[in-house]
Amino acid sequence: MKKIHVSTTVNGDEIEFICPPGETLLDALRDRVGLKGAKEGCGTGDCGACTVEMNGEIVCSCLVLGAEAEGAKIKTVEGMTTGDRLHTLQQVFIDHAALQCGICTPGILVAAETLLERNPDPSETEIRYWLAGNLCRCTGYDKIIRAVQIAAAEMRGA
Amino acid sequence: MQYFKPQTAAEAADILAKSAGKARILAGGTDLLVQLKSGMIEPEMIVDIKHLDGMHDITQENGGYRIGAAVPGIKLGQHKGVVALWPGVVEACELIGSTQVQGRCTMVGNLCNGSPAADSVPAMVAANAVVRITGPEGTRDCPAFDIPTSPGKISLMPGEFITSVYLPARPKHASDAYLRFIPRTEMDIAVASAGVNLELAEDGTIRAARVVLGAVGPKVMLVEDAASAIIGSKLDDAAIDALTAACRAAASPIDDKRGTVEFRTQVVGVLAKRAAHIAMQRAGDQT
Amino acid sequence: MNFPVKTKTDFKVVGTRVARPDGVEKVTGRALYGADFSVPGMLTGRVLRSPHAHARIKSIDTSAAEALPGVKAVVTAADFGVPEDMSLRDVQDNCMARDKALYDGHAIAAVAATDAETARAALKLIKVDYEVLPHVTDVDAAMAADAPVVQQDRADESVPEGSGPNVTNFFEFGHGDLDAGFARADLILERSFRTEATHQGYIEPHACLANMSADRGELWCCTQGQFLVRELCAGIMQMDASQLRVTASEIGGGFGGKTTVFIEPVALALSRKSGRPVKMVMTRDEIFRATGPTISSSMDIKIGMTKDGRITAAAAKLRYQGGAFPCETVSFGAQAAFAAYDLEAVRSLGWNTLANRPKQAAYRAPGAPVSIYAVESVVDELCQELKLDPLEVRLLNAARDGTKASYGPTFDQIGLVATLEAAKAHPHYAAPLGKNQGRGLSCGFWFNFGGNTCVSLNINNDGTVGVTEGNPDIGGSRASITMMAAEELGIPYEKVRTVITDTNSLGHNDVTDGSRVTFAVGLATIKAARAAIEVMCARVAKIWGIDEDAVAWEDGYAKPSGPNAGNFDPMSLAEIAAIASETGGPIAGHHEVNAEGAGVSFGVHLADVEVDPETGATKVVRYTVFQDAGKAVHPDYVEGQMQGGSVQGIGWALNEEYIYGEDGRLQNAGFLDYRIPVASDLPMIDTVILEIPNPGHPYGVRGVGETSIVPPLAALSNAVSRAAGIRLHELPMSPPKILKAMMSKD
Repeated sequence: MKKIHVSTTVNGDEIEFICPPGETLLDALRDRVGLKGAKEGCGTGDCGACTVEMNGEIVCSCLVLGAEAEGAKIKTVEGMTTGDRLHTLQQVFIDHAALQCGICTPGILVAAETLLERNPDPSETEIRYWLAGNLCRCTGYDKIIRAVQIAAAEMRGA
Repeated sequence: MQYFKPQTAAEAADILAKSAGKARILAGGTDLLVQLKSGMIEPEMIVDIKHLDGMHDITQENGGYRIGAAVPGIKLGQHKGVVALWPGVVEACELIGSTQVQGRCTMVGNLCNGSPAADSVPAMVAANAVVRITGPEGTRDCPAFDIPTSPGKISLMPGEFITSVYLPARPKHASDAYLRFIPRTEMDIAVASAGVNLELAEDGTIRAARVVLGAVGPKVMLVEDAASAIIGSKLDDAAIDALTAACRAAASPIDDKRGTVEFRTQVVGVLAKRAAHIAMQRAGDQT
Repeated sequence: MNFPVKTKTDFKVVGTRVARPDGVEKVTGRALYGADFSVPGMLTGRVLRSPHAHARIKSIDTSAAEALPGVKAVVTAADFGVPEDMSLRDVQDNCMARDKALYDGHAIAAVAATDAETARAALKLIKVDYEVLPHVTDVDAAMAADAPVVQQDRADESVPEGSGPNVTNFFEFGHGDLDAGFARADLILERSFRTEATHQGYIEPHACLANMSADRGELWCCTQGQFLVRELCAGIMQMDASQLRVTASEIGGGFGGKTTVFIEPVALALSRKSGRPVKMVMTRDEIFRATGPTISSSMDIKIGMTKDGRITAAAAKLRYQGGAFPCETVSFGAQAAFAAYDLEAVRSLGWNTLANRPKQAAYRAPGAPVSIYAVESVVDELCQELKLDPLEVRLLNAARDGTKASYGPTFDQIGLVATLEAAKAHPHYAAPLGKNQGRGLSCGFWFNFGGNTCVSLNINNDGTVGVTEGNPDIGGSRASITMMAAEELGIPYEKVRTVITDTNSLGHNDVTDGSRVTFAVGLATIKAARAAIEVMCARVAKIWGIDEDAVAWEDGYAKPSGPNAGNFDPMSLAEIAAIASETGGPIAGHHEVNAEGAGVSFGVHLADVEVDPETGATKVVRYTVFQDAGKAVHPDYVEGQMQGGSVQGIGWALNEEYIYGEDGRLQNAGFLDYRIPVASDLPMIDTVILEIPNPGHPYGVRGVGETSIVPPLAALSNAVSRAAGIRLHELPMSPPKILKAMMSKD
């Protein structure tokens, strides 16, 4: 089986990798590019732990082929920080205990960032529906939803 | 397995025709990759069609909209024109999967997956949507209703694939709505669903209607008795009772892990009733 | 230096909401979980699983798989020994079927290959000749005398004569004269309940990386207990524990489900056979089919009540199936069932049966949620029948300090009455309800656990402190351990770093379970800090030339204490540390204990639901948790435990279930159809922390992790009953069941 050469942009960096045609973007990011932030929780698009942004939309990277990344702009949780400065969402998640085990956290942060870029002042219901595809089994979502609200307020004020 | 990215629709059709059923089309991939992962399918070729001309376009055409086969749910929802003209189709499409899935999933993929529970299909059929098909013999149009034939099966010929969906123009005081039942609020497959498309007369009575059910038969179900039950009415109680009874009579669901025959039959009537009320409200609100 | 005997009440660090020490790694994607490790030359391991619920394995032909290029090893049960210890043999047989496949998904063989695709292809080349046997998955059917026999002769001595062939364990608890008690009742209700199995549903799949030579091994894995993994794997691999080092990765949820091994021994065996490191990661399908769901149950409850609400007698018969291997979870269910009540006459009996399902694993308060669901449902129905306030009835019958618990011990300093009073006083209890809404209440209970614990605490030369402990941090325990170390030493939280170490760096630590870590590891940390303080005070006494007893430790300083101590400037921890090499060398403290006195925990939940009368869909509209946490070390994470457990319980009550087909195969092995709650299903989960100090801990801490999953089942059932006018005696209360009940009522 011939592998495919892919040129793409990940977190602003131009990178190249080769992967088998059937390999997912998630596996390519983790095993070829070396970015382990996106997690595989289910492999079927049902948990959102592998959420990344692709060409401006959030996607489950387990439902995208690595080959499809050709020419695309990908953003992962690793791209949220600026140098050693955390994104407001990241800082608020720590400060308000919005994670317990942390396995769903990268996917939720990427999804929440995209939400706040489009809707700086989402209602509780809007946040809950936007994040419905990000399963969290530890928190009961309460502190996650509150953290997104707090981060949104801080970002509006900033 | 090979990955192909043809440059023209004709090239895609050619590859598909020569592959003798061993190729799969990739647009949004939200069903395809799940099937690949589970080993349910083992295609020799993946043909990625989303870069072809027009695949991502939404264009006005004769008062309606032509929607490219690779337009994802989230883009459809952002298109003010389509939302205003066919809110039921848009809300159905937006119910497919999570926000993440919305970034990828397409109406055409939803249709071609052949699932009787596909969310966008009852709404498309209610809207009288017509798909445009490219194949070895050229291009043809076909009602969306005729694409799925039974669970997992569709009527496309070898080498054919759908390039766009056309949602037609509609008169004033007409609208549509789609509702589904799922046990959670998101992330489930429809246990039963209903799409209703209505056109009102000057006096506010229903002049034309299409009532379409999902997940209660081997394929999407157009229930003409249900439409007749409300045509000429303003959805008074008697008309609604007749509508729900017609839907329940038409439903022929199965028992499975997602619901029982009894539950689906009962609930599909409720959904049709509620969708009809929403469509009526929307049609009346239109100026 | 004398340390206080009384429970501490004045805190500087404990009780604050500091940032967790592992936060930055976890929000930036840098924290390494089970599947995130790799080493050069690593192979990928995959498992072939039984498609049959019950089948004799007549033969396995692996030759074609072995011949496939890229395949480096294939293992089956033949590659393992036969442990003498039956519980270890059960663990091993669950990891790799020996003679029979006992459930759909049971591991039959495994391969290691150069990549995942080759491994997958190799699995298809393994030929297994099965003789399909009759199967049983239902608990009541499995209990029957003529049921298909899952395993021969597994009943222990407790099982009564005449029990069915699959019954393996029997338990009985209680006291008093039941007949006399029921005779005094004005109303007796007898109800039967059924609950389906649920899964822990951690988002992180089981994953490990094994690197094994002939007699020495390294294992990285996500687990709730690296020491237990070492014990089980060393036993299965027939090697010395000292030669297997197990390092726990960050863990992406466990909830009890990662307290055993599934793929770890298989990866070690593949690594030994191939001579290469082997990584294995389970798919979600494998997780549902072959890792720890809970028991499913069938239960009969009988309770008598006077017309003014006093319970006169209570009895429970619990039948749990715990999968294809013996288990004692029903004993927890039977002990917990009536724990919330002060009863003169009470009896609970429990039977465990085998069935053709995966071996059950612990899940947050194992066994208790379902038995308490049944009891709390009957109590509520009695209140409805007798037109009594359900909260007042709980208060009237509540277990208190001095109550002889239904399972034997006498309670000391418990918080049930305080939580009930808090619920009664809370605005939620009196808030008006809307149309089609109802309010439910339930008590909950968990024993909590202490257990074997080792902590080492090192004073660094620069005055900072390192804590080494052996329990994976599931939900923020690094923070709470660090806080307790800082509190005891009197130094800032930021000056302490806590590390969770591998199996070679500490003595045995029990797994992270039983809500034990903040209690037991916290206790050992405080004691280790005290040991270090004793050393520091002794060093200072030497410097000052006074008695050791004349030096006291206060807020991070050694100070002269007592009338004859003399006048010296206090010395800080940093000052003492800086000159440690001149006063006797490095300073450290350590503590090893089998901690007792964990202190039970009670909770009370209030749930408001709205039931759609036309579809049977239930929406939780308001939810409040009241729980006795003892001293809340880090209130955010205490609340987090209360909220997370509640939502797992809500899922259990409404939609989560194992669905088996006629063929005995699991039909919903994925997150699409195994429906855990999503964000849009829920309201905020309000919390009220009660802090009734646990006398068994220097700071009054008690475990908080498990109690919260117990009350939601009955709270929701009771709320649905009041919203929809129907009472279900079955979980989950999925919409088809509710709608059917509502339609048959009309």
